[in-house]
Amino acid sequence: MNFDLTEDRQMLQDSLRRYLADKYPIEHRNEVAYEAPYHDPAKWSELTELGALYALAPEDKGGMGGTGFDIAVVFEELGRVISPEPVLGALMASRILSHTEADQTDLLAGTTRMAVGLGEIDAPYDLDSIEATAKANGDGYTVSGRKSCVYGGQAADTILVAARLDGKLAVLKVSAKDADVTSYAMMDGGGAAEALLDATPAGLVLADAAEAIQDAINAGIVALCAEAVGAMEVLHAMTVEYLGQRKQFGRAIGTFQALQHRAVDMLTEIEQSRSIVIKAAAELGGSDASRYCSMAKNLIGRAGRLVAEESIQMHGGIAMTWEYPGSHYAKRIIMIDAQLGDTDYHLARVAAAA
Amino acid sequence: MDLNFTPEEESFRQELKDFFAQSLPDDIRDAVKTGGELTKDMMERYHALLNQKGWLATTWPKEFGGPGWGPVERHIFEEEGARAHAPRIVPFGLSMLGPVLQKFGTKEQQDHYLPRILNGDDWWCQGYSEPGAGSDLASLKTRAVHEGDEWVINGQKTWTTLGQHADWIFCLCRTDPDAKQQAGISFILVDMSTPGVEVRPIRLIEGGHEVNEVFFTDVRVPYSNLVGEVNKGWTIAKYLLTHERTGIAGVGFSMQDLAEVKALARTVRRNGKPLIEDPLFAARIAQAEIDLEAMKITNLRMLFTAQKNGAPGPETSILKIKGTVINQELKDLRRRALGPAAAPFPGSLSDSNLDMAPSGHANNAARYFNNRKTSIFGGSNEIQRNILTKTMLGL
Repeated sequence: MNFDLTEDRQMLQDSLRRYLADKYPIEHRNEVAYEAPYHDPAKWSELTELGALYALAPEDKGGMGGTGFDIAVVFEELGRVISPEPVLGALMASRILSHTEADQTDLLAGTTRMAVGLGEIDAPYDLDSIEATAKANGDGYTVSGRKSCVYGGQAADTILVAARLDGKLAVLKVSAKDADVTSYAMMDGGGAAEALLDATPAGLVLADAAEAIQDAINAGIVALCAEAVGAMEVLHAMTVEYLGQRKQFGRAIGTFQALQHRAVDMLTEIEQSRSIVIKAAAELGGSDASRYCSMAKNLIGRAGRLVAEESIQMHGGIAMTWEYPGSHYAKRIIMIDAQLGDTDYHLARVAAAA
Repeated sequence: MDLNFTPEEESFRQELKDFFAQSLPDDIRDAVKTGGELTKDMMERYHALLNQKGWLATTWPKEFGGPGWGPVERHIFEEEGARAHAPRIVPFGLSMLGPVLQKFGTKEQQDHYLPRILNGDDWWCQGYSEPGAGSDLASLKTRAVHEGDEWVINGQKTWTTLGQHADWIFCLCRTDPDAKQQAGISFILVDMSTPGVEVRPIRLIEGGHEVNEVFFTDVRVPYSNLVGEVNKGWTIAKYLLTHERTGIAGVGFSMQDLAEVKALARTVRRNGKPLIEDPLFAARIAQAEIDLEAMKITNLRMLFTAQKNGAPGPETSILKIKGTVINQELKDLRRRALGPAAAPFPGSLSDSNLDMAPSGHANNAARYFNNRKTSIFGGSNEIQRNILTKTMLGL
């Protein structure tokens, strides 16, 4: 039993934390997060030079990591600065491609940007309800359907799409310029896209892809949960600092027990969140991964809502402003819940397996 | 990051499994399993059984006759004990007074009392709380006056767990009424058979007799029954609070409760189906299971820190708060799963051959009520939040 990071992961964490603290201050983040392309392409290049993407893939696929713990280290750091860089798409694309022999050199170098289109308006989370279809067409394939909330889709060269092919769930790749892609900024910053596909030319990536897709979702959940932990820790620290500084009735409001105990409850839930991320990261890739990832996403959905809402409440009016950094953290933490399955969706999955 | 136990730890776990399977007497296991009464005789037999193996004083170093375990070994012991339906070790002599004497006691006190604790010669209880001093323990009023070579003690202690069985009580007494609250308290050992000591039972919410009031009227004990320095008893009380808290999360017991409630929900029926197929009930179980799964890791993380630093940190208060809340939720689920069949007062059907609850669950309502104590005792969850406010938040 050992809960310390390995030396390599500690170095990765240190270098990411230094870089992001220096280069991604909140003012800059808010500037790029809401203006097309909803991230900072220059910072994307620098991040990839630091090896952030290589850490997400195993060595035999051209990466330098690829375990749940590697993923968690990267995303926790991204969460600490609520980075809008489209790393989730790269992770999930790489995860799917790792179930094939496809070359990932350009993806992991950051020179080709990929996003993954799984969910649909009426099937945001569950794979069984996906309606997009793929057909063989001469030497290639076509895909039709609408892929919704393609995270990072606004900045992607290639979109990996889940669609039904011969009764099975398949993954096909579509060039973004061949599809009807509508980009938008998200409520919490960063970008996504709606991808409308109408007999759009596509290449087959994996014909029987349900397992690979689930694996990518699980990796994405570990990533989002670690990101949430990073963001929650920063927001909690901001809240505690504010409680110590803000004076009302002639004293720091942090001297009021009604607020102290709530700040402690936030801490408790953040520790629980960190624990469940560790468990899910440890199980990623194993036979119980989906179960523990569902547990993690549920717990972090609940903890995230507590931390976000309580931090706004305890700050008072200042946290209702755009100017205050904490408000953007609160938004990110809340909106993470709707990515890759929310609190209720994952609770039902855990309950069904009992 | 490595969540696995070492091969040595795993073989230790197996040794414990084998021990509990072979050696734990059926009547003791059944009493734990059904939530029935654990008699003094049962506890003494269980302690003796562990003592034979050298496993009784789980927190003691080898030099005092303990097994010399670290936090991880203790955790494995607690987990396997809970899994086997073994009782909790009665903590007052073994995990409270023992470590205090080892740290603050004289050589004579150690040589006299420690072996007697191990051998079960003395049953100890704890004299801390008073009617007017609960969470605000330092406001305690029980007075000890130094007269000649004796202490003369007057006052009242309460919530004295298993005091009805006890031979001795360790007490926090006020020895300097003029000093600042914490500064005038001493830690004194009292033989319960001394004239002037009176124990009165307190009946608890579920009907059981677990705790007592202890009255002291002109009780005279030798001056040498003082542990540590005079007026320094608060230091000892604080040491006890932070000394050994690895079992505080009760993870092993909650895992057992989770398994029990799942089994129960497969047995009882609602709407023509097993209760486990009711999505609302299944969701409540699932949420408790998720919280417990996280708690297991939180517990291991803090064990790891304790092992590394040689002592648990203040963050262990998190274990107390969250561990008790999770266990109380599981106790609630066990009660709710029975529905109206939880109604019979314990023992009130014993003259009939009617069963209302599946085997082992008849006392689920009593257990639920009794378990509300866990977020109150040992420093209430609100006191734990006060501690965390100071130590972790710096507010």
